Amino acid sequence: MRPRVSPFWIGAAATIVLAGMLSLSGVNEYFFFAGYVVLQFVVLATAWNILAGYAGYVNFGTAAFFGIGAYTSVVLFNSLGAPLLVQIAAAAAVTGLLGFGTGLLTLRLRGIFFSIATVAIIYIAETLMMNWRYVGGATGLQFLRPSPMVPFETYTRMLFFVMAVLAVIAVSIARYIESSWIGRGLRALRDTEEAAECSGVPTLRLKLFACTVSGALMGMAGAPLPMYLSFIEPASTFSLNYSIVALAGAIIGGTSHWVGPAIGAILLASVQQIVTVTISSEINVLVVGVLLVVFVVAAPEGIIGLIRKLRRTRAAARSPS
Amino acid sequence: MIFSFQLLFEAIVFGILLGGFYAAVSIGLSVAFGLLDVPYVAHPAVMILAAYCTYVLGSYGWDPIIAGLTLMPLFFLFGVAMYRFYYETFEKRGTETAVRGLAFFFGIAFIIEVGLILAFGVDQRLVEADYIGKSLTFGEMRVPLRMLVAFGIALALTAALTLYLSKTFTGRAIKAVAQDESALRLMGADPVRIKQWAFGIATAVTALAGAMLIIVGPVEPMLDRVYIGRTFCVVVLAGLGSMSGTLAAGLILGIAESIVLMHFGASWAPVVAFGLLLVVLGIRPQGLFGR
Repeated sequence: MRPRVSPFWIGAAATIVLAGMLSLSGVNEYFFFAGYVVLQFVVLATAWNILAGYAGYVNFGTAAFFGIGAYTSVVLFNSLGAPLLVQIAAAAAVTGLLGFGTGLLTLRLRGIFFSIATVAIIYIAETLMMNWRYVGGATGLQFLRPSPMVPFETYTRMLFFVMAVLAVIAVSIARYIESSWIGRGLRALRDTEEAAECSGVPTLRLKLFACTVSGALMGMAGAPLPMYLSFIEPASTFSLNYSIVALAGAIIGGTSHWVGPAIGAILLASVQQIVTVTISSEINVLVVGVLLVVFVVAAPEGIIGLIRKLRRTRAAARSPS
Repeated sequence: MIFSFQLLFEAIVFGILLGGFYAAVSIGLSVAFGLLDVPYVAHPAVMILAAYCTYVLGSYGWDPIIAGLTLMPLFFLFGVAMYRFYYETFEKRGTETAVRGLAFFFGIAFIIEVGLILAFGVDQRLVEADYIGKSLTFGEMRVPLRMLVAFGIALALTAALTLYLSKTFTGRAIKAVAQDESALRLMGADPVRIKQWAFGIATAVTALAGAMLIIVGPVEPMLDRVYIGRTFCVVVLAGLGSMSGTLAAGLILGIAESIVLMHFGASWAPVVAFGLLLVVLGIRPQGLFGR
């Protein structure tokens, strides 16, 4: 018997519909301003996890992909006045290509070497943008936002909806990868790369695929940034903070399941937004660092792991033994 | 751009001084990561922490070098505690050490950085001493005295650590634990205690490096990010755990950075370390003096 539509796709459709209804409702504008950032980190954390959670390669370079995505939009908007969807598609193509290049690095580099190499990509990209006059150099550029597409009242509301769609796309891709042979292959090469290769897992092809997809998703998350801020500037765009929040979100949520990074990113980014408003923006970075260290030490499986443990103890309590 | 030998010569001299300094700030990482294989990405952040401690002591009238030396035992204990914690929570459990250990040290670096921002703000801080601000003149060339002081300490530090690792019993044990841990265990030695000791030494050396950092120039909390590139570039270029290699690699980076600085301007300087790092990782990951 063919299964009917799975609960996942119902949930995905419901999320998009809900986001659409919210952005057309009378909710305070600030909600969309903050919600956009939260959804952006859902995309980043999910993308990060495709490489790190399944394949075991820790990418510190999230900020590089994110920033290059943003600057792709800048170039397209400045030169052609390209619409938002074109900007996002181009950003995905450019950062996907960069991801492919990063994937070639994994041929020779593993563990910390790979991670440090990805930090290098951030700084090289940032320095290039700083010295490129066309995109504003170190001082940056300001933009005049075009008017939003028809049903949306303001541009921020439209961006919120777009980012919600991107988040659903990212999570769906992660879910597909996890449950298909690709995910199984990646997990095999995470545990022992040589053994996986010997048993016929095409490790290089899988790694290249994971790097490309992960990079493209990160670039997509960054593409709407210039329009969101109406401004772009290299130092904050290539900030290592993006890398650590993406990584922390995934680890806090749990790297072993596709929903983990989404849960972790929503929690972490929401806490950050609340802390930024109520206390200070320095404390919100501190919160990320402290939560990351606490989870890595005390709950390495993340929230997903905690839930599983809770279920197991409940099941054990119910069954008499 | 007019090519002049005088300028190139000056760039090289300045690069050598800078390179000695880079070797000194990397040598702690060379032990912690190169020999002990700990993914210690928090190294530059710990160094900035030491620089700020030196700054605080300096505001009570302490000389930065004395302050750095005084901080060494404290940082030794800090390093021992940090390794012990890392060992108990990650190495001992074994599984997936790589991802979690990296994330752990990345988080620690962030906590130190934000802690410093909260305590001191984002402004640059500097210390005062007799040898800061003066310079020696050789013909047409002026060499800042603070660079010479840092270079001197750097050479002394590298020499001391090289001798320690090759001549003393504990030093040889540290090298042994890097080569074959299980063999060491069979000899009846406890590899964890030796690693703990070595990590303590690496962190103590980092304290003095931090003091040098604030002698060479003003520091700010986010400075550690650039030094991730510089220190890892030096350690990887050197070949993991090679002390003399660290000095050579530091000099290469220093000269390269100084030449780029002089010909292309300051905005390109940070990319030298990261670019060189990528090139080395891509072409010869085992480094110049690697096994």
